[in-house]
Amino acid sequence: MLSATRLLAVARKEWIQLRRDPRSLILAFVLPVFLLLFFGYAITWDVKEIRLALLDADATRESRELVQAFEASGYFRVVARLDAPGELDRLLVRSRVTGALVVPRGFARDLAARRTAPVQLLLDGSDANTATIALGYAEAIVAGHSRRVLLQGRRLAMPLAAEARVWYNPTLESRNMIVPGLVAVIMSIIAAMLTALTIAREWERGTMEQLAATPVHRLEVVFGKLLPYLLIGAFDVALTVGAGLVVFGVPFRGSVLLLGGMTLLFLLGALGLGIFISAVMKSQLLATQVAMVATYLPALLLSGFLFDIAGMPPALRAFTLVVPARYYIAVTRGVILKGVGIEALWVQGLSMIIFAAVGLGLATAAFRKRIV
Amino acid sequence: MMRSLQLRRRSSVVGRLKTDDRRPTTDDFPLRRVLALVRKELRQLFRDPKTKRIVFVSPVIQLVLLGYAVNTDVRNAATFVVDLDRTPASRELVDVLAAGGQFRVVGRSERPADLGAALDAGRALLGIEIPRGFAADLAAGRGARVQLLVDGTSSNTATVAQSHATRIVQQYGQRYAAARGAALPGGVELRGRAWFNPDLSSRVYNVPGVIAMVLMLMALLLTALAVVRERELGTLEQLMVSPITPGELMLGKTIPVAFVALIDLLLVAAVAVFWFGIPLRGSVVALLLGASVYVLAALGLGLLISTVSRTQQEAFMTMFLCFMPLIVLSGFMYPIQTMPALFQWLTLLNPVRHFLEIVRGVFLKGEGVADLWPQLLVLTAMAVGVLRFATARFRRTVG
Repeated sequence: MLSATRLLAVARKEWIQLRRDPRSLILAFVLPVFLLLFFGYAITWDVKEIRLALLDADATRESRELVQAFEASGYFRVVARLDAPGELDRLLVRSRVTGALVVPRGFARDLAARRTAPVQLLLDGSDANTATIALGYAEAIVAGHSRRVLLQGRRLAMPLAAEARVWYNPTLESRNMIVPGLVAVIMSIIAAMLTALTIAREWERGTMEQLAATPVHRLEVVFGKLLPYLLIGAFDVALTVGAGLVVFGVPFRGSVLLLGGMTLLFLLGALGLGIFISAVMKSQLLATQVAMVATYLPALLLSGFLFDIAGMPPALRAFTLVVPARYYIAVTRGVILKGVGIEALWVQGLSMIIFAAVGLGLATAAFRKRIV
Repeated sequence: MMRSLQLRRRSSVVGRLKTDDRRPTTDDFPLRRVLALVRKELRQLFRDPKTKRIVFVSPVIQLVLLGYAVNTDVRNAATFVVDLDRTPASRELVDVLAAGGQFRVVGRSERPADLGAALDAGRALLGIEIPRGFAADLAAGRGARVQLLVDGTSSNTATVAQSHATRIVQQYGQRYAAARGAALPGGVELRGRAWFNPDLSSRVYNVPGVIAMVLMLMALLLTALAVVRERELGTLEQLMVSPITPGELMLGKTIPVAFVALIDLLLVAAVAVFWFGIPLRGSVVALLLGASVYVLAALGLGLLISTVSRTQQEAFMTMFLCFMPLIVLSGFMYPIQTMPALFQWLTLLNPVRHFLEIVRGVFLKGEGVADLWPQLLVLTAMAVGVLRFATARFRRTVG
């Protein structure tokens, strides 16, 4: 019943059509590289060299030591020295500095008298993310400095210390987070933007009847149309992961085979969904827009790629359960960074199989209705 | 190939017709032609109830969705506890950790291996291991230790979670020591205070940014397809044989969308203020002025895309390819400060960046026109430049 020849013929036709459409090709091959470079080079949340204004009203050896501890950490750089608090206002509003360290008069005297010596860190809270991280660094620096000052010449320990260790990404580099997540986003773009066109195009150009008149089976059409995009998708994954390893030094700790298998399942599901949307919408423009909303945006925003799912409100959190990219990102991070196998990822694997089945099922079902 | 040939031939005919027909008459002042086109565009836009929904409902949905999703605060982070000490003190420490709402205990065990498995499977983001003898060390002032394990695969969440957890543990130790009179007196204490956003809520920072993004998307979507649609439907020729000039045509295409986008601005700003409770501290006039020029710049960009595309599909793809870098290099979600110098320079060419500064300035910092004039000026220059370029380009493609 099913014939490989017919399936390949559909695939070849689709490939030729794709080759003639330069902007689709740009999307397929240039966008992944572009996204990788953008996210890999331009974007980082690694907060370093926070620009600080300094108001040292004490101007003693002790206060200078504290400032030195800030600068030596590498996280802060004093870019302005102020004489009066009034100037700070201007600097913060103009975003010249991210914060200001204020050492009040009497700092050294308080320290010598064994009274608590307060210092103040004023932060530009309008960038909450940077400010939170900066505050965390500052607290660690001050706590360390305080300990050194207190323990000078004494043998006493802190009452309680937390030893933090970061697994999988010890230096907390955002590149290591970005590359595995990006794979899922790129897959979604390929699926959404490219396959969404395939069947709608046949409708718009009136070639659907011709396709229906040929002896080709609907499964052959669906899989034939899938095949070129599947190859492009697989190529893009290899490209992204490869570039991540070679250019950005992201470690690959797990099994290539496992990642490959999961990617195949995810791609099948996503491409099936794209074809389904295309078959239902019948218009290229509508199909791309719907596909973008249905697959690309959730993959970017609701998958845990950039934003933590646990912090979202319950309704949104529940919705992320049906976002396939969420599971796929857990797989890419698990395999690439954690080096875990199927024993840790079987839930995701199961979701991936369901997704592939649903995607392909929908695509085939939607297609049958139209042809018969 | 055939198609483009045909197109070229057709447009040359159009060009001839246009020059023949353009004899300005005395009773025909330019504004009337523009107004007629504006009326036509508005009618076309609102004839379809689906478009009305896209234009007015989808920005609000986008703002609500993004406002909740785009969030870098750490809340309810899944935490796995391995308590080998099993004393009141160790239980109290875990309670304190979970009390702030940042961490939620999802599992407990007495085997450290379970903690590793929970992190491996992604069931937990943070693990805390309290060693045997914790309470005894704490009571004796010997310097008790606990271990925190953080899943670093999501580096920004991990950074924030680690710093919160460390702080909570240290504060617990200090309180414990102080309660027993065992604390060392003195020392340096940091008092952090955040301006403009005292709770350091990331929503306050992100929602104004979403406004800029939503406006850009709306303006691009509505204009990028405008000219191409006329071309595809074949109505561009009709427009060309009418006495309208390319400049007037551009104006007629721009005004209705600018009008719609400003209504969208009011809608999303209202949602930001009344739904998300983002304070609006600064000058509304500055916001409106900024939004007007920003929307014009966005429209110019959309029209430019429209004039270089042959089909709606091409226009959509081009729009998508432009939209990504505009957002990524704007300072929305990703700080500009940490980008390499080259990218920092590039952001200066990005209208979204300048409008973001206006939106955040007005919403968070309480600024007005007096503070934001450089951004307003830059945006105005961009709007004029892009619109002029789009018109010139359009004249060339039809002429």
